[in-house]
Amino acid sequence: MKRVQFEHSAIPYLFVAPQIIIILVFFLWPAAQAIYQSFLLEDAFGLSSQFVWFRNYEDTIFSDSWLQAAGFTIVFSAIVTFLSLALALLLAVKANEVIRGASTYKTTLMWAYAIAPPVAGLMGNLMFNPLIGDMYKFLNAIGWDFDHKLDSFDAGFVVVLISVWKQVSVNFIFFLSGLQGIPKSVNEASMMDCRSPTRRFWTITFPLLAPTTFFLMVINITYAFFETFGIIDTTTRGAPGGATNTLVFKVFQDGFRGADLGGSSAQSVVLMIMVLALTVVQFRFIERKVHY
Amino acid sequence: MKQWNWRLISTHAILIVGVCFMSLPVWVAFATSTHSAEHILRNGLQFWPGSDFVETYRQVLFVDGGVMKSVLGTTMLKNSLILGIGFAVGKVIISMLAAYAIVYFRFKLAVPLFWVIFMTLLLPLEVRIIPSYEVVAGLGLLDTHVGLIVPLIASATGTFFFRQFFRSVPDELLEAARLDGATAWGFFKDILVPLSKTMIAAILIIMFVVGWNQYLWPLIMTTKEENYTLVIGIKQIYQILAEGGELPQYQKAFALTILATLPPVLVVLVFQNWFVKGLVESEK
Repeated sequence: MKRVQFEHSAIPYLFVAPQIIIILVFFLWPAAQAIYQSFLLEDAFGLSSQFVWFRNYEDTIFSDSWLQAAGFTIVFSAIVTFLSLALALLLAVKANEVIRGASTYKTTLMWAYAIAPPVAGLMGNLMFNPLIGDMYKFLNAIGWDFDHKLDSFDAGFVVVLISVWKQVSVNFIFFLSGLQGIPKSVNEASMMDCRSPTRRFWTITFPLLAPTTFFLMVINITYAFFETFGIIDTTTRGAPGGATNTLVFKVFQDGFRGADLGGSSAQSVVLMIMVLALTVVQFRFIERKVHY
Repeated sequence: MKQWNWRLISTHAILIVGVCFMSLPVWVAFATSTHSAEHILRNGLQFWPGSDFVETYRQVLFVDGGVMKSVLGTTMLKNSLILGIGFAVGKVIISMLAAYAIVYFRFKLAVPLFWVIFMTLLLPLEVRIIPSYEVVAGLGLLDTHVGLIVPLIASATGTFFFRQFFRSVPDELLEAARLDGATAWGFFKDILVPLSKTMIAAILIIMFVVGWNQYLWPLIMTTKEENYTLVIGIKQIYQILAEGGELPQYQKAFALTILATLPPVLVVLVFQNWFVKGLVESEK
């Protein structure tokens, strides 16, 4: 906090008012509605509803389709997070090593940040199009009986590949700036002590990057949970048979397509709890980082 | 010395493979968009530009029914710009004001209000889509710019960023300004805003990209084609391609992806340094 502050009764409220009003109307109220609706069961015509306690939760969360989506989301998030972090770290370390062409590499590796997930999704979708897609033809030519419309593993492969592609650049930017933040003297000292660049990386550089890596893990999990909606909506749409449904995609499907308000709200509330858990983890970590 | 050279070569090789992985899909999308529909259907994706560049992009941008049923590419481009700029500017204004109040004033509700703002981190749009839609529909804001932009701008990220920055501003500035008789508004307008110029620029750039790339909210908010942004057009063309027809217009689909990609990419490339600084700083 500041030592010197203004002392006014009304003015600060005027300043925070715009943000607080928008939050009340468009964040807290809808969220409260979601929680309320998750306890209601509407009849088929949406005319009346009754309070059913946790029945919506039991019905949706213990249903096979929700469990399938939850399973896919967890595996999908783990793979996307790991692959996009690993690739980005490799590229950042290499980009940090070179002198000639460093800024060209940096620019060409980071600009994909600006591409929207659904745009990446449609591009990828067309690359895997059975009629014109070279990726589709290529994978079949090398002996992989590839068909993402029918095979759930292949469909998962497509969404993972596109999601990783979209996420590498933002991780790259953070890793590179993390690497550049390591003092020259540390690097020089480690070079005196250890000749193997690989060992130097794992014993000096990687531990120093740990805060960045941890922070990026949270960002990437959030990305895989929520922002990949646009990718899935323009590629597999959960096909085949719900095998590539993420939890968020399922909320959208059940709520808007299926008009199952109570069930969809119950799923939303479960997602809220997951975000809460992630945020708590993140802030615990940031608190610790301050003490370093 | 030979060993060192090999290492350098492998480093460059890895980087070049990485650059190809990141760039090739977009290049192929562009090259393919400049060929005719027949050519693409017969020969698949293209690696070199063809002769139909002008024709395809003219159709997509200026011809009625050229890509969507009734909306022109230029209209979608305009809608995307309004969303991107409106989102960025609105977010900067709202979050600067709120951060100013929280950092520079002593008032009773400061802590609870800060927590209210913090709560927005726990409520991404995806967990409250349907009730949010109902609120906006109830206010009669469907298919309006206000209804599109305002619900998006109140999240905490911008406020946290400016809060962080304002706290790093030396206390002496306020002391001096008060001795000179500056009012609360005067100090904000004449000292704090000019001081934050670089930060504002960085946040504007990032938020423009974030706003331009919004998908889920515009998707449920806009029902009329004339309000589509380019990113929503993507969804529409996906549908058109999925429905089929005798000759799928792949070149137009690719042209649309290029148009939706170009403006945010240009912004990021032109303002690269501010953008990177803003991104890395704001997430701390």
